Amino acid sequence: MTELTTFWHIWVSVIVIGSMIASGALIIITKRGQKFDEETDQTTGHSFDGIHELDNPLPKWWMYFFWSTIVFGFAYILIYGVGDWTGFSKWSSHGQWENEMAKAEEKYQPYYDKLTAMTIEELAQNEEALATGQRIYASNCSVCHGPTASGSEGFPNLTDNDWLYGGSPAAIKATLTNGRNGAMPANGLKPDMTPEERNDIVAHVLTLSGREGSGDATKGKALFAQACAACHGGDGKGMQAIGAPNLTDNIWLYGGSEAKIDFTIEHGRAGVMPAWKEILGEDKIHVVSAYVYSLSQEQE
Amino acid sequence: MKHDIVEKNLPLMIVLIVIAISWGALAEIVPLFYSNETTEPVEGLEPLSAVELEGRDIYIREGCHVCHTQMIRPFRAETERYGHYSLAGEHVYEHPFLWGSKRTGPDLARVGQRYSDDWHRAHLYNPRDVVPSSNMPAFPWLFEQTIDGRDTPKKMAALRSVGVPYTDEQIAGAKDAADGVREIDALVLYLQQLGTVLTQKR
Repeated sequence: MTELTTFWHIWVSVIVIGSMIASGALIIITKRGQKFDEETDQTTGHSFDGIHELDNPLPKWWMYFFWSTIVFGFAYILIYGVGDWTGFSKWSSHGQWENEMAKAEEKYQPYYDKLTAMTIEELAQNEEALATGQRIYASNCSVCHGPTASGSEGFPNLTDNDWLYGGSPAAIKATLTNGRNGAMPANGLKPDMTPEERNDIVAHVLTLSGREGSGDATKGKALFAQACAACHGGDGKGMQAIGAPNLTDNIWLYGGSEAKIDFTIEHGRAGVMPAWKEILGEDKIHVVSAYVYSLSQEQE
Repeated sequence: MKHDIVEKNLPLMIVLIVIAISWGALAEIVPLFYSNETTEPVEGLEPLSAVELEGRDIYIREGCHVCHTQMIRPFRAETERYGHYSLAGEHVYEHPFLWGSKRTGPDLARVGQRYSDDWHRAHLYNPRDVVPSSNMPAFPWLFEQTIDGRDTPKKMAALRSVGVPYTDEQIAGAKDAADGVREIDALVLYLQQLGTVLTQKR
């Protein structure tokens, strides 16, 4: 609590310290009223059905316990403070957190400094760095890309050598740092596309990976040039600068069946890779980039 | 003994018990009602939009807050995983707050923009599709049900009466904004703004 006004500071202090003093006073006062004389029968004089309410003093250990809680209270206040006063330890929850952070930085920063001084290609050969990268991957990236980095529908496989935005160390790092926004419009560049035309395009797209569809692939090829080639290229090999996937390799982010491709064209796709710049920070991005880079290198 | 007065007068005893129990609150809670730190919104905090507000109500209806907290405590272990610790000023427009007290799932105070909208939809439809080891229930009905915006303006007016600065235009447009929106879309909108006012930098 650092923003109490003087009034509330005094309010808190008076209530807390006042209550502690009052508790002590209460013990003393009630003790005084008790009679230890032989003359009394040590009852309150209150009886019912022949049962008498005794009026014995509290056991000694109990009294000491009361007093010790009050002493504990004052000790606590001296250490941790009351109201706006932070006590002799100057403790605050924010301060404790900063302390923890500073200690961790002292411990881990030299390690990260060592790693960030190396290039991603070098790190990809370094087992220690890969183990660190793997842990960062597991707690952040695996949520979408899967624990084995093989992805799932809508979330790219990172272990194959098919990259939407490029698989060079620099491209991976850029993707992680600033994120990516896929933007495939519904029906490509041909908003008035009919279902038949779409079916023809699907047939052409299927031929690119050596398959056949139910539509007319020849007509589809012409339509593809109109509606799709601007991003995916005339040959359907895609364009990594804008994240347009290669359609010829039979690797499908959103499913490669005739129905799935048709759905993708009809509704468009806008896959988003979030930006990790502010969540992970540069050092960790560098290390996890190396891990991701290494995943597709091992396969070669 | 004067004890008799208290022991034989139940209303008086009740009053004294209430005072005794709330005594600590006088020092611990009451001053916070008057502290800028707890009553002023952090810079840039906006009240939830009509659709986000309905998303929040779905979040409450489905009991998300039972397993997910929205409170990052100031410990390194938490700030490393979830981002900057929660500030009171981020929650001044929340009635009731959804800080929670038990984590079966992860904290969601800063889940906004951490994953894509597509991921949230896939995950809410069936968590196992994207996180194989997840034990979170699936919520497929959110994809079929739509929001009835009839009560949205009333909810916003009620929030305004406890200090959330909604404008007349926002309340007037709330029904049209929320009516017919799929529940999943409202919920994802709500989730994607969580904790985004404060930078997550650490």
